[in-house]
Amino acid sequence: MQILPLVLINLRRHRWRAAIGAAGIAFGVAAMLTIIAIVSGAIGMFQRLLANDSHFLVFERNVSDLFFSSVTSAQVASLRANPRVAAAQPVLFALVSSPGHPMITCFGLEAGDQRLAKARWIAGQPADFGAREGEIFLGERAAGFLAARHGDTVAIGRGTFRVGGVFATENGFEDGGVFLPLKAAQEFFHRGDAASVVSVKLRNSAEAAAFRRDVESALPGVIALENREFNSSYNSFRILNFTAWAVGVCAFCLGGLGVANTMLLSVFTRIRELAVLRVCGFSRGQVAGLIFGEAAALAAAGITAGFALGAVVLFALHRVPQLQGYVRAEVDVSVVLGIAGTAFITAAAGALYPARFASRVQPAEALRYE
Amino acid sequence: MSKPVLASAHRVSKSYDSGRIAVLREVSLSVQAGELVALWGASGSGKSTLLHLLGGLDTPDSGELRVCGLDPTPETNRLALRRHSIGFVFQLHNLIPDLTVEENLRVPALAIGRGLTETRARIATVVEEVGMAPRLKHRIQDLSGGERQRTAICRALMNSPQLLLADEPTGALDELTGTAVFALLKRLAERDGLAVILATHERRFAEACHRIIRVRDGRLDEIAA
Ligand SMILES: Nc1ncnc2c1ncn2[C@@H]1O[C@H](COP(=O)(O)OP(=O)(O)OP(=O)(O)O)[C@@H](O)[C@H]1O
Ligand SMILES: [Mg+2]
Repeated sequence: MQILPLVLINLRRHRWRAAIGAAGIAFGVAAMLTIIAIVSGAIGMFQRLLANDSHFLVFERNVSDLFFSSVTSAQVASLRANPRVAAAQPVLFALVSSPGHPMITCFGLEAGDQRLAKARWIAGQPADFGAREGEIFLGERAAGFLAARHGDTVAIGRGTFRVGGVFATENGFEDGGVFLPLKAAQEFFHRGDAASVVSVKLRNSAEAAAFRRDVESALPGVIALENREFNSSYNSFRILNFTAWAVGVCAFCLGGLGVANTMLLSVFTRIRELAVLRVCGFSRGQVAGLIFGEAAALAAAGITAGFALGAVVLFALHRVPQLQGYVRAEVDVSVVLGIAGTAFITAAAGALYPARFASRVQPAEALRYE
Repeated sequence: MSKPVLASAHRVSKSYDSGRIAVLREVSLSVQAGELVALWGASGSGKSTLLHLLGGLDTPDSGELRVCGLDPTPETNRLALRRHSIGFVFQLHNLIPDLTVEENLRVPALAIGRGLTETRARIATVVEEVGMAPRLKHRIQDLSGGERQRTAICRALMNSPQLLLADEPTGALDELTGTAVFALLKRLAERDGLAVILATHERRFAEACHRIIRVRDGRLDEIAA
């Protein structure tokens, strides 16, 4: 800790310059935190939507996206016939448009689906679902942006439907989606008797391996993944996650340039001081270490400010009605550590050239001109 | 019994600009422990150059150097010498202005990784020695010129060197303050047995040294003190 005054000299001397260097890191941290929180929030939501209290997700083998997956009613029946299975709920996903709203997720559900029972019904009731022909049900937010109420007629895709009920769910996707009875959805989207995915709940969760073997032998066209496996293998999640980190890293590269700039100025304006350190017995490595220490101090300040800024942004986004349910405000410790680690690495990279320059200062040259 | 030779040069030459500016031509010199030796010469005569060579801040074109038993040319020897055997004092104090006296004095201790308590004890000893103890917590920018130079001498003494290289240490001071600083250097040689080489162009200081070596036209001549 004796070295601390030396490390902090320049940061103290040029507070604005240091603040600008740290701000670069802070924006990187805040951007990364926000993006990751949003993406992991969206992924978490989608996954909860799929999982629906189940243990396994069953979908067509080798499809690139769940929207293209087909699980036939015969396959659903076979799953239900398996004695290990407590419940199997098929869902069909599709995208529809409505005037002014190019993309709305449409869910095809069976009338007995857990989701309907668990939702908070604002108009209508679970028993109405599928009871009458030509009815559609809306998530609360979808009802808001479609400006539709119970009993109104809405244009969805090529058809018009009567709103049979409106319900609120905690899940942002569902809340902004529209719901059709599975049969009606299959017909509307020309999907025959197919569902996109079936969430399966086992009687005994210890029988997971056995269930997987059953599916492999009896239903070779589909694949059963445990929820956690699904999260790590589903392509769309991987792409989203990768994008989030890639954008974050780009934000950091800018932060790194800021550090490089600050550190270069810091080195250039005190060549003489660095020469004196050499005269006093500092090795080249120690001088370089000092510069890296300075960059680390800058990064630490930036990281602290960045997390504070990110928290404020997330809190604000959390309260935006349109994003209700999309943003997850809590972030895993591993993500926090990952971001902090990335910030330190960026700062160290930014300090590389300045440190090299500083370690090569020739004392005799630098001290000659008084 | 003669005292150990702490700094010696044998037929050392140094030129700049690929030989166009010959600053030192085959100069030889030998300084023992406890000696205060003046390098006396006009501006540009090569006094600083010789000190830099002895201190391992620069390398000679030819000739042999020996400082505290080591050749100050290879990088590892230079580092060892600067850390443990040589103290430098310059015309400008070259302290870090926005740190305190104490923080500045920690720098040489940091370089050799000395512990906190040991460092504190050593700082207390050296500031006592030069009368800077009351100013320990003051920043350099708040000190007078004489106090700064005494702090710079403290820093040079931190790692208990055997050889002190002082390049015009009184050059920026008024007469009275300069005299006090000179007296301090003389005491370090006479009482503590350091070898002190003092570059100066001021005759009165040169004459108060044990030996005077005149630097002129790239040569050294010993003249009677
Ligand atoms: N890096 C260099 N390149 C070219 N010439 C140099 C260089 N360093 C020193 N010199 C020249 O070498 C000569 C001796 O310089 P030096 O600094 O040793 O003199 P000095 O006796 O210390 O002078 P002063 O009393 O002004 O400090 C000067 O003419 C100077 O211009
Ligand atoms: Mg000089």
